[in-house]
Amino acid sequence: MADIELKQVEKRFGEHYAVRPLDLFIKNGEFVALLGPSGCGKTTTLRMIAGLETVSGGRIILNGQDVTWLKPSQRDVAMVFQFFALYPHLTAWENIAFPLQAEGESRENIKRRVKEVAELLRIEPLLKSRPGALSSGDQQRVALARALVRRPSCFLMDEPLGALDADFRETMRSEIKRLHILQNATTVYVTHDQIEAMAMADRIVVMSQGVVQQVGTPAEVYHTPSNLFVAQFIGSPGMNLVKGTWADNVVALPGGNRYAPPDGWPAALHRGLSGSGVIVGFRPEAVQIHPNGQLAAGVYSVDLHGSYTMLVLEMGDDHSIHARVSRDAHFTVGETIRFDLNPSMVRFFDPKTERAIAHSA
Amino acid sequence: MQLTQTQTAPMHRRRSLTDVQIQVLFIAPTIILLVLWNIFPLFYSLYLSFTEFSVIKPDVPPAWIGLQNYNKLLNDPRIWQYFALTGRYVVTTVALQAIIGFGLALFLRERFKGSGLVTTLILIPIMMSPVVIGLFWKLIYNPAFGIFNYLIGYSVPNSGPDWLGEASRALWAIIIVDVWMWSPFVMLLCLSGLKAIPDYLYEAAAIDRASPWFQFWRITLPQVAPLLLIAILFRTIEAFKTFDLVMGLTGGGPGDSTELIAVYLYRAAFTRFTTGESSALAYIILVIVIAVSNLYVRSLNRIRGEQ
Repeated sequence: MADIELKQVEKRFGEHYAVRPLDLFIKNGEFVALLGPSGCGKTTTLRMIAGLETVSGGRIILNGQDVTWLKPSQRDVAMVFQFFALYPHLTAWENIAFPLQAEGESRENIKRRVKEVAELLRIEPLLKSRPGALSSGDQQRVALARALVRRPSCFLMDEPLGALDADFRETMRSEIKRLHILQNATTVYVTHDQIEAMAMADRIVVMSQGVVQQVGTPAEVYHTPSNLFVAQFIGSPGMNLVKGTWADNVVALPGGNRYAPPDGWPAALHRGLSGSGVIVGFRPEAVQIHPNGQLAAGVYSVDLHGSYTMLVLEMGDDHSIHARVSRDAHFTVGETIRFDLNPSMVRFFDPKTERAIAHSA
Repeated sequence: MQLTQTQTAPMHRRRSLTDVQIQVLFIAPTIILLVLWNIFPLFYSLYLSFTEFSVIKPDVPPAWIGLQNYNKLLNDPRIWQYFALTGRYVVTTVALQAIIGFGLALFLRERFKGSGLVTTLILIPIMMSPVVIGLFWKLIYNPAFGIFNYLIGYSVPNSGPDWLGEASRALWAIIIVDVWMWSPFVMLLCLSGLKAIPDYLYEAAAIDRASPWFQFWRITLPQVAPLLLIAILFRTIEAFKTFDLVMGLTGGGPGDSTELIAVYLYRAAFTRFTTGESSALAYIILVIVIAVSNLYVRSLNRIRGEQ
């Protein structure tokens, strides 16, 4: 088991940065998700930790040892690849035994350990099959078994569920989570799926265009995004972001709305904003319908999602916002409703710097 | 009414040719040629192998003698000697081609400056006629002015061995030329096999802490094995039939030290004109080649079944 520490790690291809200098400390036993859209540098970062990609600068420290220039085989990491990367000519058993055989383990040891890990992943009946004969879910289980069998100090997973069918994905998600809890091994998990990251990770590293946007617990990145990118990227739909102007302790919003920020915010806004422009951010569930609410918007569409209803509201001409309301409430398209925002769930961003304004309290 | 009929008549005739008839028209010439040049001689020579007959005496009809030709051939120690010689030749030359060809493929798999040019240059021997190759290797082996002895360290003319003139070396001389000529073929097949191995297998192996040696034995070799086996199969069949190189280089000599079975067959059929007997020998060779190829095909299928 091990800590992973990245110090100013970067990856350049010529002039182009795949990963801008990045600092990250991953505690022993922690499950960290690298989350971002494709091309954001998350996989490159993972491959640098694995040693499959050389760094252009910075240092990688694994369990106190500088491994920056060590080969993958010298790092004591295991990796699960997006497309499994099983050895097609070997049976499932041989695939799982491969890392042990490569290390020259004794026959009995190999047999015992493969059996243990196959039991853990419930794949004993598949051990004689070749990967080509297995479903993608089973292939991924074999790939997980191969990663687990050596008991490495950390696991690196590169979109391990990306190639699976939707219904399989959820099963495997809880399975990976269960394995993590059982093994308590440091895990770095790359994904572009924020639901996966939210559901599994202790901490999420949100990346975009080679830059770390925010590092925090799922709750932190969800409720307190550090900038506009994170606010939009996390959550489905993302955070509502409404442009307004800050003057006289009131934010003027589209459609003639005037919003007085909750306690503590006016001072923070005075200090933090670079100009008069401000962006008000709030999650759909922060909307509280109230006949005397200080904000008004027209109902654009009403989508019943089963356990709740998602309203799309139009504030002004082209500002649509999402509001999550009770499934019992009824609205007609076109009507104007009034609402308030849950004071603890309102966030403010500076449109110039795109950064969140820190609350003063 | 009449006008319509005259107009539709040619159309109707054309349409009367059904799809099946058109197919037959296209296939028939090939079938006829195949029967005349391949199938008929195959069965006719099978018939001749049970007769006493010579093509230079066409007025003497084939006389049925049953298994006498086979009996005579299989009891002739010289034939067994030539088969043994051919076997030694085939095993040696194919083994060397497989090792060298695979080695070259491993080398050329790495992209380096000019690797494309090197690949093309290495392939040149395959493109040349075996007769031409025989002729110029004769010059290359020449003990007085050939470059071969010079290259292996005999800088004074006539001080080195006479490769084609010494019974102990002549077979090796032919093997060297055959290996030189056909290793590139093995290389070509292995190279395409090597390039088809996905990088992620090596990445996974690196993560799994496999040494380069372990990766070679557990990934590279099994992945290339099907193509390597196909190359070996082709080369084995071809080597069994080696004739042109021997005729160009030694003509079977000195003595009968390079008398491969195909060369002996040629002599029986076209210098002694014992047509019946040579047909029988041809069939014996055919059966052996089929048996050997079957062994390969079987192991090929086994490897394929594993993937």
